[in-house]
Amino acid sequence: MSGLWRYVLVRFLLIIPTVFILVTMVFIFMRGIGDPITAALGGQLTPAQLAERVHSAGYDRPVLEQYIEYLGQVLRGDFGRTLTDNRPVTEVLLHYGTATLELVCYSLIVAFLVGIPLGILAAKVRDRWGDATLRIFAVLMYATPVFFLGLVLKLIFTVWLGVLPASGRANPRTVIALDRLDGSSGIYLIDALRVGNPAYLQDVLSHAILPAAALGLLTAGIFLRLVRTNMISTLSTDYVDAARSRGVGEYRLTTVHAFRPALVPIITVIGLQVALLLGGAILTETTFEWNGLGSQLTLYLAKRDFVAVQGIVALLAVIVAVTNFIVDLVAAAIDPRVRY
Amino acid sequence: MRGFLGLLRRLPIIRELRQAIGWQRGMLIAGLAMTGIVVVVALFAPLIAPYGFAQLSDADGNFGSQVPPNSKHLLGTTVGGFDVLSRVLWGAQTAILVIIVAVLLSIILGVLLGLVSGYVGGWMDRILVVIADAIFAFPTLLLAIVAAIMISGGQSGLWSGLMAAGISITVIFIPQYFRVIRAEVVRIKGEPFVESARVIGASPIRVMAVHVLRNSTRTLPVIFTLNAAEAVLTLAALGFLGFGIEPTAAAEWGYDLNRSRADVTTGIWWTSVFPGLAIVITVLGLTLIGESINDLADPRLRARRRARATTSSAAAADGAAPEVPPASATKTGVT
Repeated sequence: MSGLWRYVLVRFLLIIPTVFILVTMVFIFMRGIGDPITAALGGQLTPAQLAERVHSAGYDRPVLEQYIEYLGQVLRGDFGRTLTDNRPVTEVLLHYGTATLELVCYSLIVAFLVGIPLGILAAKVRDRWGDATLRIFAVLMYATPVFFLGLVLKLIFTVWLGVLPASGRANPRTVIALDRLDGSSGIYLIDALRVGNPAYLQDVLSHAILPAAALGLLTAGIFLRLVRTNMISTLSTDYVDAARSRGVGEYRLTTVHAFRPALVPIITVIGLQVALLLGGAILTETTFEWNGLGSQLTLYLAKRDFVAVQGIVALLAVIVAVTNFIVDLVAAAIDPRVRY
Repeated sequence: MRGFLGLLRRLPIIRELRQAIGWQRGMLIAGLAMTGIVVVVALFAPLIAPYGFAQLSDADGNFGSQVPPNSKHLLGTTVGGFDVLSRVLWGAQTAILVIIVAVLLSIILGVLLGLVSGYVGGWMDRILVVIADAIFAFPTLLLAIVAAIMISGGQSGLWSGLMAAGISITVIFIPQYFRVIRAEVVRIKGEPFVESARVIGASPIRVMAVHVLRNSTRTLPVIFTLNAAEAVLTLAALGFLGFGIEPTAAAEWGYDLNRSRADVTTGIWWTSVFPGLAIVITVLGLTLIGESINDLADPRLRARRRARATTSSAAAADGAAPEVPPASATKTGVT
């Protein structure tokens, strides 16, 4: 077996304990408060009805037994049924997951387009005022909670300028049309392109701008910082000096000779940012009423439906673990030094 | 006397202030100033704030809901009829308290675990590393949410809410301290001076506390300030999602922002902008301090004095991180 494939296999096997620990932690935390039925319906049912519901759902059995059953369900991809509206959690995850995916993709595009060029620029003009300005921008983006940035963007572009919609993924009519579409992908941009109606496309995109900007700028600040630090180290290496003395142009020097090796640590850290991005997505969705997993999570939290919360949290944790695995593979493919 | 001055110069922050030049010094000073303001406001909130954080009326009757900024309410009132300025000022107290609870708890537990795990090693060390890595991969906000659910079952009063927020943030931070300290401990325990201490018969606890711990804490100030910033953000996020502290128990900026969501669409800006700015100032101040310390500890990132500055002072300032090769520091890449 060649080196790379063994590395892939080892790295893949390492996901298993991670996912196991994450899922276990979610279980321990969520059972720490007692059974979810009492938490969700405590005020609405008589004690006798409550006890019956608890019994029929099996929450009065030994915790270890429940835990083993829970692990078995997770293995089969079954996260139970929500308590408040009795839907399979898996269905909730599939239905709203695409909306979150769409939001995360948009904001990653914003983050890359803003963060990477500005990071390279900051490294090139390091320690001068341009660098100082960009760094303050980056720190400011980090220091601003994404939901506050979202509210400010709404104030400016919706209330004062009146150019962009305040919330939602699209106008109600567009939503109905796109949801009814045969074989709807759930990703509105793709669906709107398939319908081919420019009004839908414009509607979908105009709704996406503000949420994508809020979440994307937060991430862009992190990318900027990261790119700057790594570009500063690669720009001062001997081989860059050597290339410069051979007459390689400054542009090519920056984008090819210095940027490519700087990319490896950047990609590794981007993997770690996926967790942050998902957390940010929850807050962004709540701010803009973007109907994805995050806003569903907030709704179920408010209703104290902890079975639904447990399912969504466990799924997101698994997604993060898998993404980190993929990112490690990409880093290995780019960096010739990472070989097992 | 000379020894005392020398000690003073080596203290964190003071040492960095002496090292920093140019705009890096400006960043550090700006960070210290902002953090200082927040701390002062937190300490003197009862004196500065015009009203209590849960006060709805005074001698003239009710404050009224969503009143625009005026001479009586400098920053207006919220939808619930609270005075915005008072809640913004009192909120500093909540933020500082949560930072203290969260960061103290996680430093104590994280450093202890990292020290013992790194020094003793073996299967316990392996298991702890795997668990820490798993938690590290967990989206921090989600972890804080489930921890908050477990600790308080949702909303709660001042102390239970503070502890819930503090502990849920602690769960996120422990792995960070654990990893950093453990890595340092593993590096240091092979050093000759540790071996010498063991040879002359020092007990393991003494070796750990005196010889290893003292030499493995140099990265702590950076993580401490950055974590304090993250603690404020996490507290605000929990509050924004409705998992914070009841408005009558304490003023919390995230909760106020949550309540102002609907205001924004109708053009009422004062209920969201001011608590938001309070969060930004607090986090910005702490982050600027942390970033500056981090840059100054790394010779590759430290802004360099121009060629005319005496080389002796630059050489003296390099003492912070001696093991990094000075190759880049000798280049004149400033201009």
